[in-house]
Order: sequence, then C-alpha cells, then structure tokens
Amino acid sequence: MRGCLAIYQRELLILKKKFFRQLASMSVGPLLYLIAFGLGMGQDVMVEGRPYLEFLIPGLIAMNSMTQAFAIASEINIARFYWRIFEEFQAAPIRNIAYVTGEVLAGITRALLSVAVIIVIAFLSGVTLNYDHFFWISVILNSYLFASLAVGLAMLVKSHADQALLTNFFITPMAFLGGTFFPVDRMPSWVQSILNFLPLTHAAASIRNSAFGLPPDSDSLLLLAGIGTVLFVLAYHSVNRAKE
Amino acid sequence: MNLHVAAGELFAYLGPNGSGKTTTIKILTGLAYPTSGDAYLNGFHITRQSLDAKRQCGLVPQTINLDHELTVYENLNIHGKLFHMPRQERKSRILELLDYVEIRDRMESPVKQLSGGMKRRVMVARALMHSPGILFLDEPTVGLDPAIRRRIWSLIKKIQQRGATIFLTTHYIEEAEFLAERVAFLNEGSIVAVDTPQNLMSRLGAWALDRIVNGEMETVYFKDRDEANRHVAHQRGSFSLRRVNLEDVFIAATGKKVQP
Repeated sequence: MRGCLAIYQRELLILKKKFFRQLASMSVGPLLYLIAFGLGMGQDVMVEGRPYLEFLIPGLIAMNSMTQAFAIASEINIARFYWRIFEEFQAAPIRNIAYVTGEVLAGITRALLSVAVIIVIAFLSGVTLNYDHFFWISVILNSYLFASLAVGLAMLVKSHADQALLTNFFITPMAFLGGTFFPVDRMPSWVQSILNFLPLTHAAASIRNSAFGLPPDSDSLLLLAGIGTVLFVLAYHSVNRAKE
Repeated sequence: MNLHVAAGELFAYLGPNGSGKTTTIKILTGLAYPTSGDAYLNGFHITRQSLDAKRQCGLVPQTINLDHELTVYENLNIHGKLFHMPRQERKSRILELLDYVEIRDRMESPVKQLSGGMKRRVMVARALMHSPGILFLDEPTVGLDPAIRRRIWSLIKKIQQRGATIFLTTHYIEEAEFLAERVAFLNEGSIVAVDTPQNLMSRLGAWALDRIVNGEMETVYFKDRDEANRHVAHQRGSFSLRRVNLEDVFIAATGKKVQP
C-alpha cells in the first residue's frame, strides 16, 4: 500500500510542477470542440429534444476523461524511456500491484481534473447539468478502464513512438465514434453493433444519462467495471514484461 | 560463473564492452530476470525473496535516472517512500546524506539545474537513503572530469569505511586499482580472473616494457627492474619501461583493450 502511495505521490508531484500548463492543455481541446460544434451548431440544432450544446458536453466529458486517463501512458513512457525512473521503481521493494494501482490512481486523478475543467467551461457557457453520484461513478469507471489500459500498454511497448501509434489507432477513432458528438442510435444498425463494442460508447451513454438526470444505465456501468478490472489484471501481469 | 563477495568488501567488476557487467548488476538488483542460476544478497534469494533482497541493496545505475522535474529533496523523499521509511526518518536521513555528499545547499534545486557531478552525488545519496548493506555502483564516474571523479572516489571509500559492501563496475582501470580490495575480470559472460589487484599484477611481473613492433604495441613483462634493464640494453628504437598496472592484467585476461 505504501509503495502504491509513493508511486501516486510522485505522479501528483509531477502534475503539481506543471499544473497550469496541464490545465491549459486540458482546456484547449474541449474549448475548441465547444466553439466549433457547440456554439457553431448548438444554437439551432436539437438532439434528443435538447440543444446540441447540452448533448455535447457529457460527450466531451466522456472523451476527455478517456484521453486524460490514457495520457498516463505518456508519463510512464517518459519515465521509462527518457528519464529511466522506471528502473528506480523496479529496484524498490514494491509489488507490481502497488505500481499499477499507483499509476492507475494517477490516471484517474488527471481525468477528474480534466472533467472539472469541462464542467467550469460548461457553466461559463450557460449549460447546467446534473452531476450526481452516478455521474461521478460513470466518470471514474471510464477513467479506471482507460488508465488500466494505458498502464498495460505502456509496459508492453518498446518505444515512445509505439505508444503514439496505439493512441492513433485506438484512442482517436474511439474519441470520435464512441457517442461523443452524435447519438449512436442514429447510425445504421450494423454500425451501432460495432460501436457497442467500444467502452467509450457505454461511458458516454452512462455519463449522458446521469447528466440529464435520467436513471443510470446499470448494464453500461457493469460493463465498464468488468472491462476495467480485466484490463487492470492484464496491466498487473504486463509489468514483468517491461523487465529485461 | 561462481562469485562470492564478502560483507564490507569493496569489489570491482571489470570487463570489456558487452562482457555482461551491467547485466550482472541488473539481475542482482531486480531490473532483469536471470535465465538460470541462483544469487543471494545477504542471504536472500534474488527472485524467490525478491522484496527482501531489494531491501538489502542500493543502486547507482550507469545512466542518470533522477526525476529532473523534481528537486533534490523530492527525489530522495520519493525514494524513502518507496522503501517504506517513516516521514521523520526520511527527513533527517535526507539532511544527513546531503551533508555527506556535500550538496545540501542545492537541496531545493530542481535536478535539471545540477551539473553532471552533482547529479552523480545525488544518485549516491539516493542509493544510501534506506541504509543498504550492499551498494551497487555501475560506472559511477563515467563522463565526469578527473577532479569530480576523485571526489566520488573519496565518497566511495567513505561509504565503505562505514561498513557497506560495495560492488563496482568501471571502465577506468585506475579507479578499480585505487578503490578495490578485490577485482574480477569478466569476459563474454565468464569470470576469467579474480583476486586482489596486487596479486593479479604480480602474476604478470613487476615491470613492463612497451614498444611498437610492425605498427602494433607489444608489451613484455619482467619480474624485477634488473631483468627489465638487461632486456632494454639490447633494444633498438623507441620503447618505454614502466611498472605493471591493472590494465596489463585486464588485457592479458581478456585479450582486449580498455575502451572508455
């Protein structure tokens, strides 16, 4: 447990050192999407009986919590390939589970910070949504899933360039197709079947339901928790693969 | 290979590039898996009792692996946390060690602002944070200027005098000659010679004559100066007569020259 806290506290220290840079970088994406899609289209377009801006913001929360949780992979890669701090963790008497838990918690923290940024931007844009405990459970499960995926992949890749490739192939398509910018049920049924395999589709649906004050989508929450746990276990087993 | 290093010993591990020096240290400190064999650190098996074995040792790797964004204090503090040291103990130990390596005035400086020599000293302090019984130093003075290198040597001697076992790899033969009580020469994964520097050198002789023959350096060894002088009397061309050093043993044992 103490090893896990040491890993987590180190990541928090790094985050604290570049807090304002991180905050600015977390704000740029959502702001651009809000301006381009939200303000540009949101004045006239209605989706599911609501202004598009209201529809868009929960989607941006799902997308940003995913990308920021997954971004822990970059921090791990920098520590592993550039600064070589990962060797310091490997030489310390801490278990692999402690290392993975510390890094996943750091990923979740980054994701929650990015969600807070979007909520402030939404508030300033005049959009008020329902941020109840189901909303936060959905956000945390989404972050948990993608932080676990990030830690596992960061252990398996052989260079920083490999990591960028994985982001381009998996995270970017998911960000656009996982129900972030449009309702998945408007797509042809065969496309819907494919999109239903994406965890982000379930995260976006669940976050959106909670944000609109609708009953939680328990199937989506269970699915996120299940996939997240499988990825966490895989991340745990992949730590040894990072050794020579 | 079969090797035993006694408690409190300063042991140097030398070999040409690619001979397996760093791999040995990585295996012993838990950074790499052994494919076969057994190794113990203070009685703890390195894979079956890996956490206990890791508590026994401190590591100064070849590459600087400090957190450059963090301060000197923060780097040491995180290390203390990784080794489960209580807060008060961490604080007092950091101050003690920074005094020890003479870098306390830079405690709050980010590591990225330090010179190479200072970073090395911070790495030594970090490796000593949890008071390990065994200290692994993998090329601790590589890339440092001679003055800083000698300062690190004094530090290494001081650490050993406090009772730590030191396992050192280095490319600088004079470093091993100056510091080590025993030396092992490694070549292609096997130990080809292990003894005190004095014994290893005396096996070759006491004096060495270097001369160029057909464009190649040739060295001849002699038991004593008189024998060397008799040989020199018949020499033509340029040559130099000097005492045998550990580099001669290195070349004789591995068939390779030292490549920094």
